[in-house]
Amino acid sequence: MNKRSSWALPYLIFMILFVVLPLLLIAVYAFSDGNGHFTFSNLLAFFTEPKIMNSFLVSLEVALENTLICLLIGYPVAYILADKNLNKSAVTVVLFILPMWINALMRTMATAEIFHALGIQLGKGTLLFGIAYDYLPFMIYPIYNVLNKMDKSYIEAAQDLGAKPSTVFLKVTLPLSMPGIVSGAMMVFMPTVSTFAISEILTNNTIQLFGSIIQEQFYNMMWNQGAALSLVMLIIIGLTMFFSNNEESANEGGLL
Amino acid sequence: MTTKKLISQAYLWLILLVLYAPIIFIAIFSFTNAKSLGNWTGFTLDIYKSFFTVSNSAAESLMDALKSTLIIAVIASAASTLLGTLAAIGIFNLRGRKKKTIQFLNNIPMLNPDIITGVSLFLLFVFTHVTKGYVTVILSHITFCTPYVVLNVLPKLAQMNPNIYEAALDLGATPFVALRKVLVPQLRPGMISGFILAFTMSLDDFAVTYFTAGNSGLTTLSTYIYADVRKGGMTPELKPLMTIIFLFVLVVLLILNVRAFKKNKQTETE
Repeated sequence: MNKRSSWALPYLIFMILFVVLPLLLIAVYAFSDGNGHFTFSNLLAFFTEPKIMNSFLVSLEVALENTLICLLIGYPVAYILADKNLNKSAVTVVLFILPMWINALMRTMATAEIFHALGIQLGKGTLLFGIAYDYLPFMIYPIYNVLNKMDKSYIEAAQDLGAKPSTVFLKVTLPLSMPGIVSGAMMVFMPTVSTFAISEILTNNTIQLFGSIIQEQFYNMMWNQGAALSLVMLIIIGLTMFFSNNEESANEGGLL
Repeated sequence: MTTKKLISQAYLWLILLVLYAPIIFIAIFSFTNAKSLGNWTGFTLDIYKSFFTVSNSAAESLMDALKSTLIIAVIASAASTLLGTLAAIGIFNLRGRKKKTIQFLNNIPMLNPDIITGVSLFLLFVFTHVTKGYVTVILSHITFCTPYVVLNVLPKLAQMNPNIYEAALDLGATPFVALRKVLVPQLRPGMISGFILAFTMSLDDFAVTYFTAGNSGLTTLSTYIYADVRKGGMTPELKPLMTIIFLFVLVVLLILNVRAFKKNKQTETE
């Protein structure tokens, strides 16, 4: 081993201070009451307080719907963009990625303003529309990436062997693009559950997603309760990571 | 085949139209004076004037927010690039469990939702009694930006001939000179794309800034908009600002991508 490996040391120390320690603090706060004594009550509130449980279930539902909407709209887009016969222009690809580079709250505010101008009442419908808007590029990009890198000779082979276009899609293209779908879904699902400002703007705060509940507890100085809910979310993320165990696809979120 | 292509193109442009409608809508109504959107009262550049001349208190606080956003983004992305590049060189030269551990830690901020990163750092600063403000926001931004720099620099290290650096040392260069003259020029493309990514992540951030800015009056563009919405109205000067940002991003991305596209074509024909 050479000396250059020690160049990672500053970053390691930085991460221990600003990544590991803060996450441990979430657990510490989650299991203690206002006076620093050990307690389970903060975590129990997640199961026993109807407001929290309801918001959690609503968030899961909205996130699931949003993921499906993004997938249904985004998959054909990614498919067309990656197919040289259907789309030759590099500009269209850029146009689909571009919204990711504009401040999300700005885009959301613009969306809310357009609903306002059209006289549409803010609620579940506008929420779904607005978040699909915000997250669509995050679904398109990973799928496009995978389809673009895919070896086209598989498709030709299936065609040569007499498969119908629908069979080629279902048996070849779709399975091969699964990593893109998984990483797209991951980039849409958890962020939707944890969103707070975006859902507030789009529903006039009539629908509170889980992120809003956490934010509200911190806003009201209920740090221990807020930390407990954050811990619940961390555990869910940890479990999804453990089961998908797919670092490669997660890293394809690199956006440049 | 042509009808299939026609339908495909129509679908793409329909989605693009819906995707861009709000921004275009805001852009159009940035050229008229009416308070409510959708109400055209004649062409005027008044809001642009009041935005650029900072003529009222709302425009003033918006301009302050814009400046803070840029200051934070520049410092955080520069620091992330430095820290991340050194880290990438270190990680590249590590083996086994140490390497795996650091890479695992590096993935955490990317996988965590913003609100978790924000909350965890909030608790850190509460726990350590650090006054929240510029410093805490910048440290927090470095935390979620650096992993992206690491991921952008690592592939460049893999492409590099490892003997060049050793050769520089053998010829009498100090490690610092060898870093500056040998490593950095080779890693530059990765550092630049890491920097750009870090910069845009920092500009875009809301949740982490919200939890780590404290009550010092520090606002960024995101927290400004959030407060604006809570007050129940949109500062008129936001409309020209959104229009300008949109056009700026559009032009920059098109130039970058058209250049990359041409380069690719050149290398293909060579």
